[in-house]
Amino acid sequence: MSAVNELYQEVILDHNRSPRNCRPMPDATKSVEGFNPLCGDHYTVHVKMRENVLADVSFEGAGCAISKASASVMSSEVKGKTKEEAERLFRDFHDLVTGKVDADEGFERYGRLAAFAGVSEFPARVKCASLAWHTLHAALTSDDPRVTTE
Amino acid sequence: MEILAHRIPEVLPAAMSVAGCRHHFPLLRQWVNGKPLVYLDNAATSQKPQVVIDAMMRYYESENSNIHRGVHTLSEKATQAYESVRGKVAHFLNAASEREIIFVRGTTEAINLVAFSYGRKALGPGDEVLISALEHHSNIVPWQIACEERGAKLRVVPMDDRGELIQEEYAKLLTSRTKLVALTHVSNALGTVNPVREMIAEAHRHGIPVLIDGAQGVPHMPVDVRALDADFYAFSAHKMFGPTGVGILYGKAELLESMPPYQGGGDMIKSVTFEKTTYSDLPHKFEAGTPNIGGGIGLGAAIDYLNALDMKAVMAHEHDLLVYATEQLGGIEAVRIIGTAPRKAGVISFVMEGIHPHDIGTILDAEGIAIRTGHHCAQPVMQRYGLPATARVSFAFYNTKEEVDALVKGLHRVKEVLG
Repeated sequence: MSAVNELYQEVILDHNRSPRNCRPMPDATKSVEGFNPLCGDHYTVHVKMRENVLADVSFEGAGCAISKASASVMSSEVKGKTKEEAERLFRDFHDLVTGKVDADEGFERYGRLAAFAGVSEFPARVKCASLAWHTLHAALTSDDPRVTTE
Repeated sequence: MEILAHRIPEVLPAAMSVAGCRHHFPLLRQWVNGKPLVYLDNAATSQKPQVVIDAMMRYYESENSNIHRGVHTLSEKATQAYESVRGKVAHFLNAASEREIIFVRGTTEAINLVAFSYGRKALGPGDEVLISALEHHSNIVPWQIACEERGAKLRVVPMDDRGELIQEEYAKLLTSRTKLVALTHVSNALGTVNPVREMIAEAHRHGIPVLIDGAQGVPHMPVDVRALDADFYAFSAHKMFGPTGVGILYGKAELLESMPPYQGGGDMIKSVTFEKTTYSDLPHKFEAGTPNIGGGIGLGAAIDYLNALDMKAVMAHEHDLLVYATEQLGGIEAVRIIGTAPRKAGVISFVMEGIHPHDIGTILDAEGIAIRTGHHCAQPVMQRYGLPATARVSFAFYNTKEEVDALVKGLHRVKEVLG
């Protein structure tokens, strides 16, 4: 498979075409805007916390296929998880897209996130893939209503 | 003159044929991602011919020395080599005098120099600086800073849907409050060629000086600052086949003379005491510190190279490429070209239905095709079209129709992957 096909896997194309949880959330407990000033990708991630659990997660905004699919997969993956579990997934995801995971070990344990392993071959696109995750991370850990990749 | 003789690049024919020039650019021979490189990002930076690379290498190998201060042989050689470029630039732009040629880091610094030297002096509360809707951030932000500092206002000439400035609106915006007009010669984002000569004449009827951002002008057309009657003209070497880190501000001598220095330091003074400093005359008044000597020498070689080209043939070839590529891209379903002014340089901005420009850029790159995607440092232009970004191809004279064909094939591949 070529690097491009590795990058634009069916999971990513599917989530780009029909993103999940792409909707406003009027009763969100936290909403953070994430912005990549270099390319204009722009998402707002909404979280509804119930105690320590991410009871609902959604996003709105626009950007490239990689960033949109990533926001979509992320929202599905972290919903129902505890804050600590979500943060652990963020670290896993970050390791995956920055090439810190040995391909020989396989990506099975990363589940649907494994679709993003191909991003590590495209350093210019790592920020696209991680924008929504950084935004979620800010929603869970900081008071800042706005984050950028720069 | 043994010292200067070797400064002239290897003999170039009086008028090189455009088709034969491609092999002067070593970088263009490489393969990228297993495909022959198709370099279509010339508005970002152009590639360099061997003569430019050689001239800089020769300087560092055999002449490197600081200028304007040493009595030793190397310093004199370096000073002569560097200062001879000032004369070449003056001739290249048809300036009245070498004193009107200021070496800077690039177009951005040239505009900042005028904004902070001329702007600080000329602008007061209620005054206006007039720019256009087509400007690069480098011809917006320095004026915003200067206006904010002086209590002045930034006004903007609007453009129409094709990406042409609306001349009736321009005429209305020129008033007694306008202290300076700053316009791009050619839009980097859309390729629109502005009628700068007429616009300068219009401003001059009101006694208003005009700065032209020529970063996208000089690589593509002969520029005669006196025929244009430009008060300031700024450009970068790296977009005209020279090195990065060096550029030129042309300014009319009487304007430059009236302006305070932009930066203080060595080389811009006649004498310094703790009580008072006397500044150098033009052009050195605006050239504080050791300049980019090697870069300046590279710029000189780039000018020699451009002078050896038949500029009429260059313009005709680039126009052919533009027409051909516009037709070919227009024939791809889902492609929409942004910026359709009747007078355009070799720049095509476009979007594809349902596909983000960054994804276009990544897939083309895998085919060995280099284009720019994003806002092109011209966010207000993007906002005018309600777009976050576009994909942009930009030509130089070394590009070919075969490369346009490769681009078209690449765009079909984009549709295949993401469609």
